[in-house]
Amino acid sequence: MRRRAFLLSVPLLGLAQALGCTDPRSHSHAVYLLVDTSGTYAQEVDKAQLIVNYLLGSLQPGDSLAVARVRSRSFSEKDIIAKATFDQRPSQANAQKRLFKERIADFTASARGSVKTDITGGLIQGALFLNETGAGKKTILIFSDMQEELDKSTIRDFPIDLKDIRVVAVNVVKLNTDNIDPRRYLGRLEDWQKRVEAAGAREWRVINDLEHLDALLKS
Amino acid sequence: MADSPLWMIWPGNAALSALVWFVIAMPFLYAARTPVHGLLRSLGALAGGPLRLAARSLLATARELRERNRAVLLAQGREESEERIAREFERVAALVKRDLEGYPALQRRLLDEITRVEEDYRKCGEVPPPPPEWVEAVAAVAKIKPNGNELVQHLLEEINVSIKAIHDKALAEYRRSYQARHKILDGFMPFWRSLDKTLAQADRKMTSLADRAAAIDAQMERYEAVVKKSDKAEHALTVSAATQFFIATLVLAIAAGGALINFKLIALPMSEMVGAGDYLTASLRTSEVAALVIIFVEATMGLFLMETLRITHLFPRIHSLPENMRKRMMWTSFVLLLILAGIEAALALMRDMLIADKQALLQSLAATQAQAADGWLTGIPTAGQMLLGFILPFALAFVAIPLESFINSARTVGGAALVVLARTAGVTLRVAGNFFRQLSKVLITLYDIVIVLPLLAERLAKNARPPAVRSGRADLKVGERP
Repeated sequence: MRRRAFLLSVPLLGLAQALGCTDPRSHSHAVYLLVDTSGTYAQEVDKAQLIVNYLLGSLQPGDSLAVARVRSRSFSEKDIIAKATFDQRPSQANAQKRLFKERIADFTASARGSVKTDITGGLIQGALFLNETGAGKKTILIFSDMQEELDKSTIRDFPIDLKDIRVVAVNVVKLNTDNIDPRRYLGRLEDWQKRVEAAGAREWRVINDLEHLDALLKS
Repeated sequence: MADSPLWMIWPGNAALSALVWFVIAMPFLYAARTPVHGLLRSLGALAGGPLRLAARSLLATARELRERNRAVLLAQGREESEERIAREFERVAALVKRDLEGYPALQRRLLDEITRVEEDYRKCGEVPPPPPEWVEAVAAVAKIKPNGNELVQHLLEEINVSIKAIHDKALAEYRRSYQARHKILDGFMPFWRSLDKTLAQADRKMTSLADRAAAIDAQMERYEAVVKKSDKAEHALTVSAATQFFIATLVLAIAAGGALINFKLIALPMSEMVGAGDYLTASLRTSEVAALVIIFVEATMGLFLMETLRITHLFPRIHSLPENMRKRMMWTSFVLLLILAGIEAALALMRDMLIADKQALLQSLAATQAQAADGWLTGIPTAGQMLLGFILPFALAFVAIPLESFINSARTVGGAALVVLARTAGVTLRVAGNFFRQLSKVLITLYDIVIVLPLLAERLAKNARPPAVRSGRADLKVGERP
């Protein structure tokens, strides 16, 4: 890759200098990780640490990362546990990543379960955060069983906007009821796919095998 | 029957139908013979003419290119020969100045030594003094025959004793004299050796001068051949240019490898300076471009250094600079190159630190125990990278030499390749043009074969006419236009 870039750069450099311009597009990557802490899924929160570690190891200087929890009502900045736009300098970015890791470790140690699960609110909050970063590539990771449970007063049945955002559901565990009737599980995933795609998302993907996290950031 | 095509006059028999059509068409084909021939000829000329014209133009261009290449090549060869001859004369001048400047002293030393040897030789040639004159008197007395007289007997014995004593003394004197001469001869040796050494030294200097003279002769022969614009000289210059071209290309490829390594050394740490998130193009980071710029600047400084050192001759303006300005520029280039080499060494160190930091982060993220580092062993790659970062800019500076060879020889090789290309294209177009012209002739003949029956009838009719009527037309053959 480097070699090709080197060979390509010789004529491109001259061209770029002649034109006197740089690529205006953003090449940074912004990731928003939603961690479900409701009900029985709260015990899976340790696995979220693995995902965060993978993201910290993979994201480059200039990229952004935010981790938020999914609670009964998740459309709030207060639910963002940690967020950072890594410095352009690799050494500073590494220092930020170390700090980020510590904050997530504190969160996983003290995470408490919530009664309801507002995934939609978290998605809306995530989309707002990602759009604000102005990143070229935007990804929302949902670490959840994808079973949304809202209280009566919470309104989420309206179209949402996830334009140009990749949405990846991670570690979507099967509930007891899914084991009785697998159609419930498959139907739940299908419903989410329809909803996400209707919201304008660039891609919908489900990753249950945490051994293959390399697919998280690949579109 | 209804399925038969319209053209089938004889339903169910295509061959017969075709024959009937052919017979019907034959008179019309005969009638149209002249315009059809003209049409075929025109088509042949239409396709072949431009092709032949283009071929001629290309071949003329190839000839012109060859002439121009020849002129440039010979001019380059002439210039090169002149430079070499001038260099040889400079060497001869240096030799003469260095060796023959001390020649008077050498000659004086030689003469001194020869004089001294001659003197010694003369001394060696001195014979011992002749025996005294009374020896003759003694000889006369010795001739007296002993007659028993005691007095005479006693006298003779006395003379014998005296003579023996004198003989012993003279012999001892003679031996002493020879010993002295041998000593003088023995003393010759250092002078002979010194003389031999001095002569060998003079011989060496003369041989070296003769070698240079031979080299000048060879260069002069080459120069004369170039001036005469001989084919041999042109061939030799072309072969030399082609060899130079391939060697220069090879060396430049190696240098490009060095530049790639250099690029890899400084691309990552440059992101610490200019940031890692800016892109010039979709896949080209600003930090990578910055690293490239540093490499290019180093190469440029190297180029200027080589120019100011008069090793390369790419910029005539630099060569025409005043001497003090040239030296100033040389030192400026060298100092800048040195600074850039220092920066590269620092960047190489920073690269190592960044990689170590990233590695430590990844280990902490993977929750694995970091391996204990062996102090001096881990320092070797760091030191190696720093050394490489410092050396590579200077190594890249020498790229100017193969670059100059590449540029000079590329003109000759490229020109020769262009000539070959133009010739090949010209010949191909010429062949294609001839093909179309011949094709039109073949088609005309084929047309006449098709209407051979009416043509035979025509000939018979002509032959049946009186000769007066046939005059002017009787010599026409079948297939020819009237």
